[in-house]
Amino acid sequence: MTTQLARHTDTAHLPHGHRTGGPRWSLPSDAWTITWRNLLKFKRSPDYVVFAVLQPIMFVLLFSQVYGGSIRVEGTNYTDYLMAGIFGQTVLFGATFSGYGMAQDLKDGIIDRFRTLPMHPAAVLLGRTAADLALNTVSMIIMILTGLVVGWRFHEGILAFLGGVALLLLFSYAFSWVMALIGMMVRTPEVINNASFMILFPLTFISNAFVQAQNLPGPLQAFANWNPVSALVQAARSLFGNLGQSPVSDALPMRYPIAMVLIGSVLMLAIFVPLAVTRYTRTSRR
Amino acid sequence: MPMIEAHDLRKTYRANGEDVHALDGLSLQVPEGRVIGLLGPNGAGKTTAVKVLTTLIRPDSGTARVAGLDVLTQAREVKRVVGSSGQYAAVDENLTGVENLEMVGRLYHLGTRAARARARELIDLFDLAEAGDRPVKGFSGGMRRRIDLAGALVIDPQVLFLDEPTTGLDPRSRIALWGVIKSLVAGGTTVLLTTQYLEEADHLADSIYVIDQGRVIAEGTSDELKAQIGGHRIALALVDAADTGAAREILARHGTGPVTVDDSGRSLEVPVQRGPSTLAAALAELAQAGVELHDAGIRRPTLDDVFLTLTGHLAQASPDPAAPSQIDEAAS
Ligand SMILES: Nc1ncnc2c1ncn2[C@@H]1O[C@H](COP(=O)(O)OP(=O)(O)OP(=O)(O)O)[C@@H](O)[C@H]1O
Ligand SMILES: [Mg+2]
Repeated sequence: MTTQLARHTDTAHLPHGHRTGGPRWSLPSDAWTITWRNLLKFKRSPDYVVFAVLQPIMFVLLFSQVYGGSIRVEGTNYTDYLMAGIFGQTVLFGATFSGYGMAQDLKDGIIDRFRTLPMHPAAVLLGRTAADLALNTVSMIIMILTGLVVGWRFHEGILAFLGGVALLLLFSYAFSWVMALIGMMVRTPEVINNASFMILFPLTFISNAFVQAQNLPGPLQAFANWNPVSALVQAARSLFGNLGQSPVSDALPMRYPIAMVLIGSVLMLAIFVPLAVTRYTRTSRR
Repeated sequence: MPMIEAHDLRKTYRANGEDVHALDGLSLQVPEGRVIGLLGPNGAGKTTAVKVLTTLIRPDSGTARVAGLDVLTQAREVKRVVGSSGQYAAVDENLTGVENLEMVGRLYHLGTRAARARARELIDLFDLAEAGDRPVKGFSGGMRRRIDLAGALVIDPQVLFLDEPTTGLDPRSRIALWGVIKSLVAGGTTVLLTTQYLEEADHLADSIYVIDQGRVIAEGTSDELKAQIGGHRIALALVDAADTGAAREILARHGTGPVTVDDSGRSLEVPVQRGPSTLAAALAELAQAGVELHDAGIRRPTLDDVFLTLTGHLAQASPDPAAPSQIDEAAS
């Protein structure tokens, strides 16, 4: 800065700035600025591309090609049955980025910068979850295309199909807020990463995502039927027309999966949006 | 109207089952257009004070106003007129220098175009033009620091808070930043800065608050503070270290505080009330005792003397700015 700044020492003139920030205090524009910033980060970090693009392709190919022939589902083929499970798993993992991102931003201190700026207190969280939703949407599209290539088909029409996709994204978006709150509490990005893995992996495997719940041993079967991941997958599967004739458990979430997912998403948002915003307004590095 | 006003601020943290009084009844007042230096040893509460004033943390009790606005109830308005740079650079690693500043400008609601133009100006001002379009990830500590400082100047703030702004800057950048601060003050900005560098406080601050253990323990201009701890120092340089004992005895009789002797035993110093007359008397006695001198003189105390006398600690630089500690405010 030396030469430039030194010149100003003599002239005592800084370039003209604005005396105060503008008067507007708008959630959409603040949130958009944060979203923009998060999307730039995705663009610049190859890890995100790997996660959002390559990993979903790999999962679809692996599961459908490796297990496709060996797992039988009554009334449909395994590829059809499987896709909703992979969608569900992928978008839930995608939602954990919100926790990772908040923890990382706290660690970097950038949250402290944001908190000294005249922005809406919900803007950072909204921008965070919106960017992660965008990334999840990209993953979703890629999985759908890959699925179609390997022979997956939906059978209930385009509207039901879109409904299923929307439901997956809605649920993952709500879950993003849960993760964002956890991220601000745990504050260590690596811990968030590992913990997400440790919790989500068993959760998706002890569900109907990849196998039919009734093929699981007794206690696991009960768990799977009440597992929210199962409800999500079941809801998407039914909207895609991929259920086949697999028997449906009479556990409540399995009988009304769509309603359960909708209610669950709304509840998560109603509880965790205010909690996360409150937490944000009093969180600070060091 | 004072531009910064704090009254009886208290903030207690619980760490390892012990209460730490980060702020313990801190009060201060800064008139418009002045530069105030907060000086204090590590853990004195400087950062905590700045964080309260910049609305980052809420005090347990006490009140504070910035630009006439209550930091607790009018936090949003305060943020609109204040620029700040914390002790550790708060920048986005994945954005370029320019994008970082553009983002700050947009969040001050300058509008995208104005924010971008301002970002360019500041990048030039802070001599980061070549690096400005590269992600901050690859910046050195001092470069990050400069981006962060530039972030504090995206608006032309009415009140500027700088927490150890020159820690981690090379000497040239440091002097250059002093120039920027002076030109801002010339434009009417009120500045509160914390520093570990006594020279910096001496050079920049109109008035200094010495704080220790969350409280103001002394306040005044640098001259006033120096006067407060005793008018002068008498310093002697002996020819022969064998005379140390005799010289020390004579100085002790005239001094108002302890005599300090350096390792060689040939340099002695003592605080005294009236410099010239005391020096004359001491010199006469030294001559009588046959103590030979290389040099003898009076010097005014430095801020280092002030700091040492008032706090009993040595001023020392903070740890590496790139390695912030992680303590959660809300969790405490
Ligand atoms: N979030 C926190 N949780 C627990 N203790 C804290 C927290 N923040 C500060 N403290 C404690 O409060 C005291 C004052 O800290 P502060 O950071 O304000 O000091 P400082 O004067 O800025 O020191 P330095 O010169 O090292 O930057 C210290 O004892 C510190 O350990
Ligand atoms: Mg500090």
